[in-house]
Amino acid sequence: MFEIRDLNVHFGGIHALKGISMTVDAGEIVTLIGANGAGKTTTLRTASGLKKPTSGTIVVDGRDITAASPQERVKLGLCQVPEGRRVFPQMTVQENLEMGAYQRKDKANLASDFDDVFGRFPVLKERRKQTAGTLSGGEQQMLAMGRALMSRPRILLLDEPSMGLAPLLVAEIFDIIKQINEAGTTVLLVEQNANMALRIADRAYVMETGSIVLEGPASELLDTEDIKRAYLGG
Amino acid sequence: MSNRYARIGVQVVLLALVYGIVWALINAGVIDDYIQATMATICINIILAVSLNLITGFTGQFSLGHAGFMAIGAYTTALVTMEYPTTWGFLGGVFLGAILAAIVGFLIGLPTLRLRGDYLAIATLGMAEIIRILLLNFDFTNGAAGLSGIPSFVGWTWLFVFTVGTIVLISNFLHSSHGRASISIREDEIAAESVGINATRAKTLAFTVGAFFGAIAGGLYASYFYFIKPDLFGFLKSIDILVIVVLGGLGSLTGSIIAAILLALLQTFLQPFPELRMIIYSLALVMIMIFRPQGLMGSRELNLASLTRLTRRGRAAEGAS
Repeated sequence: MFEIRDLNVHFGGIHALKGISMTVDAGEIVTLIGANGAGKTTTLRTASGLKKPTSGTIVVDGRDITAASPQERVKLGLCQVPEGRRVFPQMTVQENLEMGAYQRKDKANLASDFDDVFGRFPVLKERRKQTAGTLSGGEQQMLAMGRALMSRPRILLLDEPSMGLAPLLVAEIFDIIKQINEAGTTVLLVEQNANMALRIADRAYVMETGSIVLEGPASELLDTEDIKRAYLGG
Repeated sequence: MSNRYARIGVQVVLLALVYGIVWALINAGVIDDYIQATMATICINIILAVSLNLITGFTGQFSLGHAGFMAIGAYTTALVTMEYPTTWGFLGGVFLGAILAAIVGFLIGLPTLRLRGDYLAIATLGMAEIIRILLLNFDFTNGAAGLSGIPSFVGWTWLFVFTVGTIVLISNFLHSSHGRASISIREDEIAAESVGINATRAKTLAFTVGAFFGAIAGGLYASYFYFIKPDLFGFLKSIDILVIVVLGGLGSLTGSIIAAILLALLQTFLQPFPELRMIIYSLALVMIMIFRPQGLMGSRELNLASLTRLTRRGRAAEGAS
């Protein structure tokens, strides 16, 4: 469904991604784990079109989208939840969610999508009229995810949804990701919290300094000694 | 829905009242030429501030070049009306100037709006300076001496029409999906792009629309005050406009309007004390920024809805006491 082939990305003279290849099949949760600076976020930003690759191709449903703008990719159903819960702080929760549907043409179904998002995140319904900047970190993360869902993505790109959240909230967020996936959305999840990510993912790729060093079913990686030592603290 | 029409109805009636009362006072001779000139300055400053607020306050693009657009509007209107001294010539000049400024805004905005913050400020400052230097060196603009004896077609009616028109159009723009896109860029550009907003296009559009209306203000200025020269549209003019926007509140149209009126009144009242004028004026600005750093209105708007809320709260408080 989604495929990256031999992707190279440079930041000036720095070779950030060194020939990355990966696939995400329909209905899967695939996670990309690795240490700080390994190139996880760069991979995601290139996938969503915010960063242009030097070479390589990105394919969605057999269609080459390497040259497509971020806007076209959102229309194709590729939606990113950026790192660090980037909500629109001075807009209300409701307005934030409306912005998520910005690219949508079928405004008739908006009401049911609002119900869907509020059903998944009841706290957002309670805070509908509050400005997003006044929400707690966890609520902002939920809002950022809810906003992405409003664009009806087929592939959801999540960048570090657990960042800076309390352990209890992290567990809740991961439950919700699992539910979103079960409702039919394919998920590409970038995480530093390898333990949690591997528990909900079907497959995983491990990155180190711009390259993929390991890949396989998540349950297998969870038991791999190298992974345990490097990322799981034991 | 009917509530919305009722609100529009009340607004139209209020505006008609303001227009009618001022018109009657001018005809009765209560408002003399001096007060009229102050009113013209206020109207022109409102248009400038509201259009710059669209760029800087709502879209978050720090521009120091608004006087450049004003200059384009002023010179175009002046040159056209000197050639065709009729009301149609005046209107044609104003719109031609606005369209020219919009084109310049578009051409300059496309490459420079990729810059952020301070860099964009410097780039727009440079643009305005280039416009000023060109006006200084062209033959048909009469260089540093400027253009004088511009036929005047601007009275209270045109000031009122253009000022209200600008506010209504920019306010409608802000409530459209384009306006939403602009505001979301100020809020968070990366998040805006992630929901599928073309940031470059939204920023360029806001810059172009702002330039269009900035030039209209220039056209009114040229026609009302008969005389223009390049120095009037220098760096300090851009700063003046920015001061109104920041003072009123970045992201508040009514804030810009209130600040434009207050500053013009302050200037007028200080007129008899020329030696103290700039000191008191600057002091007032410093005080307001210390005590209300978010500007007079912050990013809130003063409108009928908020007024009724306020009076209701007032009544409730009275009832409670």
